[in-house]
Amino acid sequence: MDEKKHVQKVPLVRLSKRTSIERWKAWTIRGVALLAALIVCGFVITAIVHLNPIQVYKAMWNGTFGSSRRLWITMRDMSLLLLVGVALAPVFKMKFWNLGGEGQLLMGGCATAAVMLYLTDLPAPVLFICMIAASMVAGAVWGLIPAFFKAKFNTNEVLFTLMMNYVAIQLTAFCVSKWENPYGSNTVGIINAQGRQGWMPEIQGAAPLITVVIVLLIAVAMFVYMKRSKQGYEIAVVGDSENTARYAGISVSKVIIRTMIISGAICGLTGFLCVSASSHTISTAIGDGRGFTAIIVAWLAKFNTIGMVAISLLLVFLNNGAVEIASQFNLNDYASQMITGIILFFIIGCEFFINYKLTFSGKQKEE
Amino acid sequence: MKGNAIELIDITKRFGEVVANHKVNMVVRKGEILSLLGENGSGKTTLMNMLSGIYFPDEGQILLDGQEIVIRSPEDAFRYGIGMIHQHFKLVDVYTAAQNIILGIPGKFMLNKKEIYKDIRELTEKYGFEIDLDKKIYEMSVSEKQTVEIVKMLYRGANILILDEPTAVLTPQETDRLFGVLRNMKKDGKAVIIITHKLQEVLELSDRVAVLRKGEYIGTVETKDATELSLTEMMVGKKVSLNIGRTEPVNRKKLINIEHLTCLNKEGVKALDDVSFEIYGGEILGIAGIAGAGQKELLESIAGLQKSEEGSSILYKAIDNNDEIQLVGRSVNDIKNLGISLAFVPEDRLGMGLVGNMGMIGNMMLRSYNEGKSFFTEKKAPAELAERIKNRLDVATPSINTPVRKLSGGNVQKVLVGREIALAPRVLMTAYAVRGLDINTSYTIYNILSEEKEKGVAVVYVGEDLDVLIELCDRILVLCGGRVSGIVDARTTTKEEVGMLMTKLKGEEE
Repeated sequence: MDEKKHVQKVPLVRLSKRTSIERWKAWTIRGVALLAALIVCGFVITAIVHLNPIQVYKAMWNGTFGSSRRLWITMRDMSLLLLVGVALAPVFKMKFWNLGGEGQLLMGGCATAAVMLYLTDLPAPVLFICMIAASMVAGAVWGLIPAFFKAKFNTNEVLFTLMMNYVAIQLTAFCVSKWENPYGSNTVGIINAQGRQGWMPEIQGAAPLITVVIVLLIAVAMFVYMKRSKQGYEIAVVGDSENTARYAGISVSKVIIRTMIISGAICGLTGFLCVSASSHTISTAIGDGRGFTAIIVAWLAKFNTIGMVAISLLLVFLNNGAVEIASQFNLNDYASQMITGIILFFIIGCEFFINYKLTFSGKQKEE
Repeated sequence: MKGNAIELIDITKRFGEVVANHKVNMVVRKGEILSLLGENGSGKTTLMNMLSGIYFPDEGQILLDGQEIVIRSPEDAFRYGIGMIHQHFKLVDVYTAAQNIILGIPGKFMLNKKEIYKDIRELTEKYGFEIDLDKKIYEMSVSEKQTVEIVKMLYRGANILILDEPTAVLTPQETDRLFGVLRNMKKDGKAVIIITHKLQEVLELSDRVAVLRKGEYIGTVETKDATELSLTEMMVGKKVSLNIGRTEPVNRKKLINIEHLTCLNKEGVKALDDVSFEIYGGEILGIAGIAGAGQKELLESIAGLQKSEEGSSILYKAIDNNDEIQLVGRSVNDIKNLGISLAFVPEDRLGMGLVGNMGMIGNMMLRSYNEGKSFFTEKKAPAELAERIKNRLDVATPSINTPVRKLSGGNVQKVLVGREIALAPRVLMTAYAVRGLDINTSYTIYNILSEEKEKGVAVVYVGEDLDVLIELCDRILVLCGGRVSGIVDARTTTKEEVGMLMTKLKGEEE
């Protein structure tokens, strides 16, 4: 009798933090989470829009990987998202909240478009060098400004970088109205549509190939920079504790400014790729929110480069897949967004089970 | 006196692979003070946290007055009359003492201030507390905050009081006052469990001593039958010698001459006020003082981390050519580039001396990563150094890549001290180098400091345990409110003299 009373009083479920977990176990949990997400989505799809979930998933898959053209578009979108993530990861690691990736990207895009418009007659290699340099400088300046104020006056970088986005959007809108073509359309139109000056060359008909290669090279370089270079080490120390950095003789303001210049420059370069390799025009929409989405990419992957590749791919898959099912089944956007939301919820939520262990008191009694 | 207050039977607690407590049995009687002794990581705090409802035991039973109870949460613990005073106080800074004391107690919607004050006053008079109920917590000294915590527990009706290293941050006078209060509680029939590393206090205060070693219960002895040595041997599990081999300083050479050093803290108040003294190679200079008397600013000024006011002077005498170098106004890097080898073990280990998220290798690199012209870091030498320190100081870590924030306090300290000594410094400054360390590790650190002194290094030891300061150091500089209240010879001074100096200036003002 006594024993029974005792059992009832013991808490049913207890949480404890895991000290470590085998890699296969972690990936099994993630796999199970994805499966569970698909099943729950299946019920939602059947219940709300009365469609066969298998067909919906198939459509999502086809929309992203279905043809070589779609595959290339997916690869391009993933690369562009990844590149912004690669740019943001080091500053986040430094605990500097750069929310200005979008603005830095736009400024890079504007600079690229300006070079394409005003220096059209330069020989192609020189033109490209000018475009790349201009885009990186523009992005770097946009990153430097909040970093400088943070380092010198300890201003709040969250608000500062966020506000810089709006300045960049307005500046881009101003450029669009200045360069608009044809007059009165309020768009710039395709730049150099005839001569294709400043267009990223296509290799074997695959326009995004160069983009993908550039992004992967930068990602590898950033990986090495963070892991092996002295500057990468300094970033990690500053991010862990500014006092420890000062103790070690690291100039915190120098590291903040330097890292933000690098981050801004890479965001600017993404702007260059957006303009030169995919849209061939400039508008406030060329960033497509990547500056913000990439924040999720960097954090979900805990700044791990390989992880960022996987997360970018997942996000692009969900996004492009959602667009596909919306058009194929005549759904409105909300239905497809619900599906992506459910999948993301499960994938992020499963990290909880990777970090914590649940113990059921009933089970323990049997042991 | 009146039977057992609490009985622990076969308590086991695991964290993943680690067994923190293994089949621990312990009895606490009513009206006694029980000391809980053990080295770092022996599971003392874990065991007490299970009594206070923070952890839940995996196996075993807890009996209160002979009845089995289940403590699922701190609320349960309160209900059973168990109160724990943690090392880090759990008080609301902007509230007054009285507000903190009644916080979280269920009661009527409207508070009857008069009645509450009367109740609290009754308690404080009964046990002999000195407390200002209307004072805000942020205006209080550590000792006052601790008093609030204890009164809070008693007000909630605690019959069993657990104190986790309560004297670590108190002056000798404050410690005496605390012990007086604890004895009064004992007389009243309450059970007191005290976790401490200071054996002298154990012998002075407690009735019985329970010893844990590596999570196992070793036994309980009557204090009157115990000595410092016998308790240490129970804790460590082998014969040890508790001697600080203090040698006479040989070859004393003046290394640093500090004159009129004044600096301001963040609030613009003088943290150091016209401090002048000399640091010699080949001796250990102790620095005593109440917490916050300017110790931190003093060490950071020398290390190039603290700005000082005009007129301050810190002259470093280079050994090779007798050049005198002014350190005021120089940064950490300037000092390093001048070839001045300064080692510094700061008080805030993970917040200042180490990078918590990095392993031992990454932390070894902190001092050396910038050497050489390469753009990339060199990891081989730091890895070797990490291995050496791990072996020499017996650092308990799963691997030299395990983030140091996951290590226990003592091991974190070993990593830091090990790295700083590996610099082969001319001046070695340590702030509270043994805080939170068990007796065995503490003696390892004392011996290392003595060895460094014999090598001719100038050792500056900021400490809080006066017994150790007097036994270890050659001279002791006493700070009081940012000013030097005296420099005494450690071989001839007494604990009382140093304790008086620690509070002297305050006395003059009053």
